[in-house]
Parts: sequence; C-alpha cells; structure tokens
Amino acid sequence: MKVCSRSDLETLRAKGLSTLYPSRLKVSVGMATCGLATGAAAVYDTLRDEALQRELDLMLVATGCLGYCQQEPLVEVRMPGRDRVLYARMTADRARELIAALAEGNLPTEGALAIIPEEKEPPAGSKPAGGLPRLNELPFYARQRKIILRNCGLIDPTSIEEYIAQGGYEAMAHALLDLTPEQVIDEVLRAGLRGRGGAGFPTGRKWQVCHDAPGQPKYVICNGDEGDPGAYMDRTVLESDPHSVIEGLTIAGYAIGAHEGYIYVRDEYPLAVERVTQAVARAQELGLLGENILESGFDFNITIVRGAGAFVCGEETALISSIEGGLGEPRPKPPFPAISGLWGKPTVINNVKTLATVPVIINRGAGWYAAIGTENNAGTVVFSLVGRVANTGLVEVPLGLTLREMIEGIGGGGLNGKAVKAVQTGGPSGGCLPARLFDLPISYETLTQAGSIMGSGGMVVMDENTCMVDVARYFIGFTMAESCGKCTPCREGTHYMYEILTRIVEGKGTPEDLDLLEEVARWVKMASLCGLGQTAPNPVLSTLRYFHDEYEAHVEEKRCPAGVCRALIRLAIVPDLCNGCGLCRRECPAGAISGEKKKPHTINPELCTRCRICYDVCPVGAIEIVR
Amino acid sequence: MPLIPQPPPPAGGALLARLHAINAEYGYLPEEELRRAAEELGVPLSQVYSAATFYAAFSFQPRGRHTIHVCLGTACYIRGGEKLLEKLESTLGVRPGETTDDRAFTVETVHCVGSCSMSPVMRVDGDTYGRLRADLLPRILRKYREQEAGGVSDEGM
Amino acid sequence: MINLTVNEQPVTVPEGTTILQAVRAAGVELPTLCFHEGLAPYGACRLCMVSIAAPRHALVASCAYPVEEGLAVETNSPEAVSARRLALEFLLSRCPQSEVIQEMAAQEGVTASRFGTPPPERAEELCVLCGLCVRVCREAIGAAAIGFIGRGMERRVGTPFDIQAATCIGCGACAEICPTKAIKIEDRGNKRILHTWHTTVELHKCPQCGKLFAPEPMAFLGEMFPEIEEQWALCPECRRARTAQQWVEQRFTSPA
Ligand SMILES: Cc1cc2nc3c(=O)[nH]c(=O)nc-3n(C[C@H](O)[C@H](O)[C@H](O)COP(=O)(O)O)c2cc1C
Ligand code: SF4
Ligand code: SF4
Ligand code: SF4
Ligand code: FES
Ligand code: FES
Ligand code: FES
Repeated sequence: MKVCSRSDLETLRAKGLSTLYPSRLKVSVGMATCGLATGAAAVYDTLRDEALQRELDLMLVATGCLGYCQQEPLVEVRMPGRDRVLYARMTADRARELIAALAEGNLPTEGALAIIPEEKEPPAGSKPAGGLPRLNELPFYARQRKIILRNCGLIDPTSIEEYIAQGGYEAMAHALLDLTPEQVIDEVLRAGLRGRGGAGFPTGRKWQVCHDAPGQPKYVICNGDEGDPGAYMDRTVLESDPHSVIEGLTIAGYAIGAHEGYIYVRDEYPLAVERVTQAVARAQELGLLGENILESGFDFNITIVRGAGAFVCGEETALISSIEGGLGEPRPKPPFPAISGLWGKPTVINNVKTLATVPVIINRGAGWYAAIGTENNAGTVVFSLVGRVANTGLVEVPLGLTLREMIEGIGGGGLNGKAVKAVQTGGPSGGCLPARLFDLPISYETLTQAGSIMGSGGMVVMDENTCMVDVARYFIGFTMAESCGKCTPCREGTHYMYEILTRIVEGKGTPEDLDLLEEVARWVKMASLCGLGQTAPNPVLSTLRYFHDEYEAHVEEKRCPAGVCRALIRLAIVPDLCNGCGLCRRECPAGAISGEKKKPHTINPELCTRCRICYDVCPVGAIEIVR
Repeated sequence: MPLIPQPPPPAGGALLARLHAINAEYGYLPEEELRRAAEELGVPLSQVYSAATFYAAFSFQPRGRHTIHVCLGTACYIRGGEKLLEKLESTLGVRPGETTDDRAFTVETVHCVGSCSMSPVMRVDGDTYGRLRADLLPRILRKYREQEAGGVSDEGM
Repeated sequence: MINLTVNEQPVTVPEGTTILQAVRAAGVELPTLCFHEGLAPYGACRLCMVSIAAPRHALVASCAYPVEEGLAVETNSPEAVSARRLALEFLLSRCPQSEVIQEMAAQEGVTASRFGTPPPERAEELCVLCGLCVRVCREAIGAAAIGFIGRGMERRVGTPFDIQAATCIGCGACAEICPTKAIKIEDRGNKRILHTWHTTVELHKCPQCGKLFAPEPMAFLGEMFPEIEEQWALCPECRRARTAQQWVEQRFTSPA
C-alpha cells in the first residue's frame, strides 16, 4: 500500500488503534535497552511460553521505554474495557504467576505499580483496580509532562500504524499540504523551541538562515550521537519512537528546502540503529518518505549513518566531516553549517529531541508550546536522572522546574536515603552544582551562570560517597581520551590537567598545583577550537569553585573525605563485626583477605588494591574504609 | 583544486559503513581489506587509515570469540563500574584491550551503552547486563563458556 | 571593502579576508604555525589568537576568522597574550628540542615550560601537529600520501600502516612546508628517501603520465608555494597540456 492522501493515513490509523486497544487481552513488555539489561527478554519468553501452554489468547508486544527504569522490567496488562495495570520489577517466576492469574480472568494487584487510565473512553464507573494509584499520580510522574517522550513505552516502536494512531504523520501532512516552508519556520520560531542538543540555539532561526542561504542541494541532519557518557535520552527516543524523529526531520527538510536527510546514530546503540533503519524502510515502503510524499510534490529521503565511537563527532562540524568520510575533526566556525555544511552546502543539524518536538508544535500550534515552561525557555526537556539517586530513569519536565523538585521530588532523594551532595548536568561539558544551589530553576541561562550547562540531558546525582576531585579527574580523563588532538589547548591542556589531577588523587599534589590547574583550565576553555575543548574544563572549574575544601583535603591533609581515592584510604575488617563467612575472601580480586571459616578475617594492606569490592559484598558491614 | 585530479567523494556515510562491515566480518580491520575499500570507494588510503585509527569502534587486532564491554560511563563509574573491571581482570587475567589465551573473551571498556539507569552495566557481545555487582560476574561468564561447550544455558539474568 | 581596526589603527580590506591578513596588512606581527596562504584555514595551533572588542567580546583564531565591518581587533589584550604564551609553553614542553619553537617562545618571553617534558620515546619530537604537511599533500598536490594517525595525545602524522606510501610522488612539499623541519628527506643518486614516511621514490616520475624525468623548477607552483619550487614538476609534455594559468584559475574559481 502507498499512502497518497490523508484518508490513506486514516486507514492506517484505524489499523493502529486496533492493535493499541485490541478487543482481546494485551500484554506489553518494555524491551528497550534498559529493560533488556534487566532481563526483559526472559520475561517476554516466559510470558509467551506460559500463555501458549495455558492456551491463553493474548496479544504479546514489545514496547519501548516508559522512563521509570528503576522499576524495570516493566510489564503492562490491558484487559479490554479495564484500566491498564503496570507491573514493576518483573521476573520470569512472577511472569508465570501473572499468566496463571490472567488465565483465570484475574488482574492481580500484587507487584503492580500503578494503573494507566484508558484514554479511549473508559467505561463509566470503572475504578482503578485494587486501589492502585494512577501512573501520573506517582511522585516520579506527577511533575512530568511528556511531549518528546509522548509515545515512548506506549506504542510498539516497530509499528508505524500505532504511531499514526497516536496522531503521527499528521503534522507532516499538514506542513506539506497546507503550509509553506516559511509558515513552518515561523511556527517553530514563535513556539520558542531551542535546540535540545546542548547549546539551546533557537531552532526556527537556524532553519531561517539555512532556508535563506544560497546554494543547492541543502541537507538536514539529525544528531543522534549522544556522546554524554551517562545519559540516554536520545537512545530512548530512537528506540521507542523512531517515527517521531523521522517525521520531524522530514518537516525540517521541507522547511529549508532539503531533499536529503541523515540520521547519525551513536555506535554503542545497536538497537537504536536497528529500530531507525526499520522505521525508515517502513516509511519508504508506504511512501511517507521518497518521491512526491502525499502527492505534495515534495521529495525526501533519509540515510542512516552509524557512528564509530568518537564523542567529538557529536560536535556538528566533526559530525559532518565524519559523514563525508573524513576524521571526526571539527573545523573553525564561521562559516556555520547552516551556510556551509555537508559537502560545503547549507545544512541544518538538529538534535533528536529537537526534531521529535517539531511535529507536536505543528499539530498543536506555536502558542500552545510557548505557554509551557518559562519565558525564553519554552517547552520541556528530558533528563536522564542517574547516579546515586533513589529513582533512576528518564524524566521529561517543563523548563523552569527547580533542581530540588527534580532530584528530591521526582528522584526521591539520594540512594539508600543518603544526602545528595551535588548534581552534574551536561556531562563532560557541564559542571557539578552543590546541593545549596538546588533551588535554581532549570534553564539554559541559570545553569550556565552557575558554571554548568543544560547539555543534552545528562543529570548525574552524587552523594557523600562521591569524591569531587575524583569526578573532575574522571571527566578530564574522558575528554582527554576523546579529544581529536587537532588543536593545542585541548590536546595538550586536557592531558596536563589529567596529570595534575592524578597527582592530587595520589596524594602528591601541592597547593601550587591547584593554581596551575585553574590557569590551564581557563586557557583551554578560552582558546580551544571547538566546543569539546571549550567546555572540557567545566567539571574542573566548577568543582574548584564549589568543592574547594575537598581539593584542600587531598592536597594539604592527604585525605579523601569521600573515601574514594585509593592512595588515600585503607580497608580494614572490624573483628567484632566479622562473622567469618568468607565472602570477602572469595570476592577479593587481589587475594588480599585471609581467615578461617567463622573466625574474623583480615586484610593484607600490601596486597589490597583498595577496590572496595569486599566493602560492597560483606553482608554484615564489617568492613570499614579508613580515610 | 589539487595538481593531481581527485575522484569524486564517496556517498555520505559510505566509508564508515564499509569500515563497520569489515570490522563486523573479521572482528578487526585487516590491511588488505582496507586497501580494497580505498580502491573501491575511490578514497585515498591515507584517509581510510586515518579514519580506521581515529574511531574507537575499530580494532587492528583479532578479537576473542566474545567481547566484553565494561561500562565506565559517568553513571556506571559513580556506581562502581571500576570494580567490575577489576574483578574481570583478575578472573580472566587480562587487561582492557586484551584477549584471554584461549581466545574466549576480549575485554574492553566503553563510555556508556545507554543503560545508565541500570548502572553499573556490562555488555557481552549483544547482551547488556544491568544492576551488576562484582560477585555476579562469574555466573555470567559461565553462561558464555557453557554456550561454547555446546550446552544450552537458560540462565536468564 | 570592509573597515575594521587593528590595535586601534583603521584598516580596509576586501571582503572574505581573514583577520590575520588584515592584521598583517596593518603591519602588526602575529606568530602562526598552522597557517599557509595557499591552503584552507585550519585553526589548530591557536598561536594567532586575537581579541575582538567590538561588536562583541571574543577571543578568536585570526587565521580562520573572516573580517566583519566594524571589528575592533586587539592583538595584545591580556587574554590574547596569555593564550599565545600558554600555547607556546605547551608546545615547548611537547618539542623541547625544536629550535623554531624555542625561538618563537622566546619572542613571547617564554624560555622554559612548567608543563614537563615528553616521555622518552618522544624525547626528540619536532612535530607540532600543525597539519601543514598532510594538507599540502592532499589539498595542493593531490597525492594524499600521508595523514593523521590516531587521536588526542596519540595523534601523529604518517603513512598508511607506516610503510612505503604508494601514492607519494616524492615532491618534498611536505618537508618544505613543515615549520619545524620535522620531516627528514634525503636525495641519494636517483633516489629520494623520505625517512619520516618510510618511503623511497625514484627521481622523478611525472604524476600525470608516469614518465621518469629530471626535476626542474616549475613556475606556477613557485608562485603559490615558493618553498617547493625546486622540488616538484610535471614532465614537460604534461606541463604544456596544463599550464600554470589554468591551474591558478581553477584554484581561485572553485571553492576549496
Ligand atoms: C563535543 C561536543 C559534543 C556534542 N554532542 C552532541 C550530541 O551528542 N548530540 C547533539 O544533539 N548535539 C551535540 N553537540 C551539539 C552539536 O554540535 C549541535 O549544536 C547540535 O546537534 C545542534 O542541534 P540542536 O540545535 O537541535 O541542539 C555536541 C557539541 C560538542 C561541542
Ligand atoms: S577542542 Fe579538542 S576536540 Fe575540538 S578541535 Fe580542538 S583538539 Fe579537537
Ligand atoms: S564478608 Fe564480612 S563477615 Fe564475611 S569474612 Fe568478610 S568481613 Fe568477615
Ligand atoms: S610534520 Fe611538520 S608539517 Fe607535518 S604536522 Fe608535523 S609540524 Fe606540521
Ligand atoms: S528502558 Fe524501560 S523504563 Fe527505561
Ligand atoms: S554510564 Fe554506563 S550505561 Fe551509561
Ligand atoms: S595559525 Fe591560526 S590557529 Fe594556527
């Protein structure tokens, strides 16, 4: 079938609705990368086998990521006419029980997290099963507003029909059939959408420049390189709702007059590559990509490029060079890609989330979008809330929420009830902000002023067990390894900063080292060629600013307050607490622990590498870190 | 315009795609294949070699039958990814980038596989394992050893 | 024409000029390492950084930045001076043996580096990774015999697999353009040995028709790259077929 008109879209929509809301039992398993990492595949297989064995008629589907990764594997059950129930932390055993219950016609409440109210006319008088909370009432979801993640975890990412059933490709049809490119640009401009890749440049303005730039052909590129190590927003969108990105990219192409688009996907995301490839092929098959889309006269094709493991390729000029077959080496700007990009032609490059937002803006209008968030910071942002926080997951909130509402409200505070010390946003380009700044509202400007950046959405929470000097060294180690090596400040400067920080964590630092570190950091920030070098010092500068006491403890007292830096700590077993179970002895990778069964064990400091594995495994907490 | 005329550039993304294909087929990039790629794509060999040595995804050494990627991305680092690596190093007797003598495992580190909410994380071939602890590793390794021995393991994590 | 000021002195230059060219037109000196008139701007060494005070504040690499109307350029602002000094101090610690770097650093008042010395295996390092050799070989000659290998601190220049480069024509442009004399070339009999590139070339193979002939100066190359005039030439027949004029025209009409 070829989709030639809006009524053809309606046909697909009906088909999508029939699988989204079937008239028989439906069980969905979250099978994005996170779900798979915690055993979703085994759960899926068990559900299938068990249902087969019990001859239970059910529709079993793999969906994407709902965002509440802390509770993965997540399984959602929909009985026709009843609210959907979401089960958390599913295991193969519990999957078996679930099928048994379902076979009896029961919807068990045990192990259920919440219900998802049926948007499709819930039957009058239906009550949430077993007094369970609604999903959007859970503290994790209450402050969230899903625009970018609107379909993630709700639809089958391999079904274009389900995407269409949720209103997908309507915006593209509207843009191509009813709007001029100028009107599309104007809508995006008035919506106040800013780039979600990190820098927050107004998307409409970028499109306008490229639209006006002389030169043909033009190109649009979706930046799915997501290099921030510790963040996975873009992966989720690409895996769980690939068509939203394809639709956004096509609209962008129409707006600027490009007929060729690229989606550049990070190499470490094989499932995202697979999903996007499949989605593009499907859209092509249906004529939603290709020649004369919806008989509008507009042609558009998409090529998928898989990255190859280089953080710097997230930088737009490096990404372009990488597509051209060169090194991922940035070049000086100006000229900006909107004027001279791929093959020297005008090129728009946008982040995954930016593009996924575009269809919603076209559908609901600039005014609707601009009213979300705050002045100059319109709309929503997605954060991957991870690290030492109780609720990890993917969170979408309106701009303007405070860090505290984010970390304590949605995140539920520190891991195991520990006090949160700092939060890191923006990955290797960002900074560490102390808890006392948590009342700052989240916006591009406030985070930059505080010494961090918004970035693409990485948010790593740190507590008293995190050493800020070690964190600074970690990030500089990362940027040093990822520096392309082209320009002097970034190549030589990150290397030298790493040397100084290594001296400090080894207890060999001097007070002069701190001054030198700051001097070099400022220079690298000021003099580097591309954004990688220009932002690489942020983790160092922000920790020097907010956690100077920790640096001083390392340098002056040769002490690591967090008990992390190996050269400055020692591990010891408290004989009175040790029951001689021997677990630590078995797990110690250095063979440093000895002792007889049921007698207190001891650690040989000569052999101990201070990896702290024993500290983690001791069931009775008999091992202490001596700082 | 250089003095020596140049062939037209390859299609967008073609060189990377070719390098991926070679790396997937052999587990590394053999010299002969790189020369052939340069010839067939009309790209200077120096450019192919530059790209091959620039990107972390490509290797010049043959690998073991299974590749283990221990994640040292920020989230995993903060939650103890290094401990997994250290345990793996001592269990298998190899350092990152090395392959065990029986060629069963190559150990590598990676900066994030996008499962940060499950940190610390490790990936073996295509399978990702989340919420790990050092003492859970032997079981995972055993699963791959058993697979090799022809036995089927149903030990889903 | 574009009007700007360099250290408060007004200069007028054609559109498309770089700040560096404007600075030099104003008679002000600025050190550079990775810049060459005949090649596309690269912006890597960061020696040529200047402050622009208006219309906005920024520190930019002058060699790669096109002039704008009303620009106020300062070559000696505190930021520009310190950026230059630190770059030279780091290059000095990378290549302590390079006389060129020693001299450039001394000009800026840097005589010693606080940032240590290279590891033993790179103690003799002369290459500052300016990329001129790689770019001249590719952009101007078209042989693309050498390239960058690796990234970050591991980055270096070399031939594929560190063996004889099949496409090297032995022109010597790389060695001539190298600001720090890091590339070792030697003529021995009818052979040219490019030690740094593990490559030996017979003198002299015409890159167009492949015929061997004696090298002789070539006028048009001399205009563009005076330093390699004596090193490279097409054989007489091929040269006739493709005159200097043609080449110069091509260079200026097609986007680099
Ligand atoms: C070192 C570095 C890494 C970057 N990584 C990414 C990335 O992974 N994803 C992304 O969208 N933008 C990244 N950017 C920003 C891009 O250069 C570019 O600004 C962005 O893709 C533009 O899209 P937007 O306007 O939609 O944000 C990176 C920039 C730098 C300097
Ligand atoms: S700042 Fe770093 S990554 Fe960017 S060009 Fe310079 S060396 Fe390369
Ligand atoms: S694990 Fe704990 S209790 Fe057991 S031997 Fe070790 S220290 Fe003692
Ligand atoms: S060898 Fe010379 S020309 Fe080539 S990069 Fe090094 S310093 Fe520059
Ligand atoms: S992958 Fe499913 S909630 Fe994150
Ligand atoms: S930091 Fe390890 S998966 Fe992202
Ligand atoms: S001369 Fe300008 S950066 Fe090297």
